[in-house]
Amino acid sequence: MFAPAENRITITAGAVGLGGILLFVGLAIAALLLQSGDFGNGVLFDAYIWRVTRFTLLQASLSTLLSVALAIPVARALARRTAFPGRVWVLRIMALPLGLPVLVGALGLIEIWGRQGVLNTALAELGLQQPVSIYGLFGILLAHVFFNMPLVARLFLAGLERIPSEYWRTAANLGMPPGALFRFVEWPVLRGLLPGAAGLVFMLCATSFTLVLTLGGGPAASTIEVAIYQALRFDFDPPRAIALSALQIVMTGALLLALARVATEPAQSATTGRASRRYDARTGLSRASDAGWILFSLLFIGAPLMAVLGSGLRADLVKLAGDPSVHRALITSIVIAVLSALLCVGVAAAMIRAAGTVVARRHAPTLARAFASTVTASTSLVLLVPPVVLGAGWFLLLRPFGDVARFAPAIVVAINALMALPFVHRILAPAMATHAARTDRLTASLGIHGLHRLRWIDLPPLRKPLLMAFSFAMALSLGDLGAVALFGSQDMVTLPWLLYSRMGSYRTTDAAGLALFLGLLCLIFTMLGTAGDRRLPEGRKT
Amino acid sequence: MNSQAAVELVGVDIRYDTTALHFDCTIEPGGIVAVAGASGSGKSTLFHVIAGFEEPDRGEVRILGKTMAGRAPAERPVSVVFQDNNLFAHLDVATNVGFGISSSLRLSVADRARIDDALDRVGLDGFGTRLPPTLSGGERQRVALARALVRHRPLLLLDEPFAALDPGMRAGMRALLQDLHDEENNTILMITHHPDDVRALADSVLFLDQGRIIAHDPVERFLERRDVAAINRFLGNE
Repeated sequence: MFAPAENRITITAGAVGLGGILLFVGLAIAALLLQSGDFGNGVLFDAYIWRVTRFTLLQASLSTLLSVALAIPVARALARRTAFPGRVWVLRIMALPLGLPVLVGALGLIEIWGRQGVLNTALAELGLQQPVSIYGLFGILLAHVFFNMPLVARLFLAGLERIPSEYWRTAANLGMPPGALFRFVEWPVLRGLLPGAAGLVFMLCATSFTLVLTLGGGPAASTIEVAIYQALRFDFDPPRAIALSALQIVMTGALLLALARVATEPAQSATTGRASRRYDARTGLSRASDAGWILFSLLFIGAPLMAVLGSGLRADLVKLAGDPSVHRALITSIVIAVLSALLCVGVAAAMIRAAGTVVARRHAPTLARAFASTVTASTSLVLLVPPVVLGAGWFLLLRPFGDVARFAPAIVVAINALMALPFVHRILAPAMATHAARTDRLTASLGIHGLHRLRWIDLPPLRKPLLMAFSFAMALSLGDLGAVALFGSQDMVTLPWLLYSRMGSYRTTDAAGLALFLGLLCLIFTMLGTAGDRRLPEGRKT
Repeated sequence: MNSQAAVELVGVDIRYDTTALHFDCTIEPGGIVAVAGASGSGKSTLFHVIAGFEEPDRGEVRILGKTMAGRAPAERPVSVVFQDNNLFAHLDVATNVGFGISSSLRLSVADRARIDDALDRVGLDGFGTRLPPTLSGGERQRVALARALVRHRPLLLLDEPFAALDPGMRAGMRALLQDLHDEENNTILMITHHPDDVRALADSVLFLDQGRIIAHDPVERFLERRDVAAINRFLGNE
C-alpha cells in the first residue's frame, strides 16, 4: 500500500485486532496468576496433578506413534495405487474427520467399539465373553487415531506424490526391489515430513479435551485440560485449576518450540492430485497389501461415520425437529458460530493486511517489524494458551461479578474465534499476500482505495479464501464443546452441549439424531468453504 | 534548473539494507527515453521513485516543475504500465480501462465512448467484455496502454512492456507505442533490456550501473559509445 492515510487506517485496524487478542489472553492469564496464592501449599506437586500430566504425555505419545505408524502404509498404498475406481472417494472419506465435530466422531466410535457396538456384538456371537471397552486409554487412543491417522496419511501422501516421476522410472530401470525403493526413494521424503507431522499430532493429542471428556471414563484417564474443567466445574478448586493451567501453558509452550524446530516441511496437507505412474505396483503381493491397507483405512474411518448416519436415521428425527430445546440449541449454536466466524475472519484479515503494510516499508523501524512479527505470532496464541485455560482464566475473572453464565455468550464467541484464528490465518495469509503483490502498486497508481478498492479489487478475487475461512471457522465453532463446557448453563445450550447432555443421560436415540444433524451441518459448512479447493487446514483440536 | 523539464531528480538518494542508489538527472519533455542497464542496476527503483511507490531518503523529485514530495502515486501526473499484472483479472477489459477515467468507476455514457475509442486506437475494438485471462500477453499490454491513453497523464512509465512478447508482437507494440506517442506528444520513459527497442523507439537513453546514472545521451550518441564496459555489454559490442 502506498497511500499514507490508508496505511494508517490499515495499521490501526491491525493494532486494534492485536490489542484485543493480547488483552483477552492477557487478562485470562493475569486472573490465573493473581489467584495463584495457594501455590505455596504445594498444589503443583500434588500426586494427582503429576498423574494427570503423566497420563497426558503417555496418551499423546501412544496416539502419535499409532497414528504415524498406521499412516505410513496407508499413504504408501494410496500413492502406489494411482488409479482405481473410487480412489477419490477414499481420499474424501479420509478428509471427513477434519470437518466432523469431535463429539460426533466419538459417538460414531462408540457405535462400533462400544459395549453395545457392532464389534462387541460380533465378538459376543463368536463366543467371546469379555467385551472390548472403549472407555479409558484404549478409547482415547482409538479416537485420536481415528482423527489423526487420516491427517498424517494425507500429509505423507502429498509428500509421496511430489516425488518426481523420473525417480520411479529410474528405480524401475535399475530393477530396485521393494525394500530398496522404500529405503532410497520413499523413506527420505517421509523422514522429512515425520517430525512436523508427529509434532503436530502430539500437540493435538496433548491438548485434547472433548474426546478425553467423553471417552476417558474417569479420573484415571484424565488429561490436563479435562482436569482443569473438572477442577472448576465439579470440585470448584481454583488453585488446582491454576496449577494445571500453568502446567498446560509450560507444556504447550515447550511443544510449540520443539515443533518450530522440527517442522521443516511447508504445511501442505492436500494431495497435488498429480499421481506418478508406479512401476512397483504390479506384483500380486503389493496389490494384496495395498488393497488391505486401503480397505482397513476405509473401514476404520468409514464405519463410525456410517454408524452415525445409520443410528441417526433410526432416531425419531421428526420429534427432534419439533423439540423446542433443539431449536434453541440450534439457534444459539448458529448465532455463536456466525459471530465468532465474523470476528475471527475480520480480525485475521485486518491483522494480515496490517502486517503486510508494515513489512512492505523499506525502512520499517524495529518497533514496526516487531509489530508485524507479534501480529503473526498472536494468531497462534490459542495453541499456547488452550481454550480451556482461557476459559478458566475468564471464569475466575468474572466470578466476582456474579453468575459467570451471564457472560457466557461473549466469552464463548471470543474463545471460538481465537480457536479458529490459526487456521483462518493459514488460509487467508497466502491468498492476501499474493493479491497484495498483484494489485497494490496498480491500485495505488490508479488511485483506487477505500470501499471502492474493497468492492472492485479486493472482494471478488478474495471471496473464495474468505468464504473458506468463514465456513471453516463456523464449522469449528458449531462443533466445539470446550468453551461452552465451562460457561454453558440452562440459558445457553449449544448443539454439542445438548448432544453431550443427552449422551450423559442415556438418551442415546436422541443423541444419535442430534449427532447426525450436527455432523451434517458441520460437514456442509466445511464442504461449502472447500468446494473446488484441495487445500485444507491441517489438524485441529480434539 | 529547467522548470519545464518533464522529470527532474535532484540529489535523490535511496538506501536499502545492503545497497545505496543515487539519481541526478533532468529529462526534457516530449521524447521517448529508454532506461537501460543490467539487472539490479536500479532501473525499477528509479521508476518507483518517479511514480511514488518509493519516497527518497534524500533529494527531490519534480515533475513538470512541481515537487512530488508527499504526493501519493495517484496524485502524480504519471501513468504506469508494469511488466505484468497490469489488469485486474476478474474484471473485464472495459472496466479495467474505465479505472483510468474514474477510480470509483462512475462512468458516464461519454466516458464509455472514450473507453471504446481507446480500445479501438490500440487495435482491440470489440474486446470490452473479454476477461484478461482470455487475452494474449500482447493484448493485455495493449489494454494497459488504452487505460494510459484515457488517463491523459503527461508522463508515461513503461516497465519492460514488451518483456513477455515474441519478436513479432514486440515489433507491433513498438509501432503502436510510436503512433500513440506521436498523437499524444507525452513523455515516455521505458525500461528495456533490448538494444533493438532503443534503436527503434528511443530519442535518448538513460543508462544505469550499480545504482547510478552513468550516461544520459541522445540515442545516436549512445549507440556510438565504446568507452564504458557496461554499455558495451548492453549493446553487444564485446
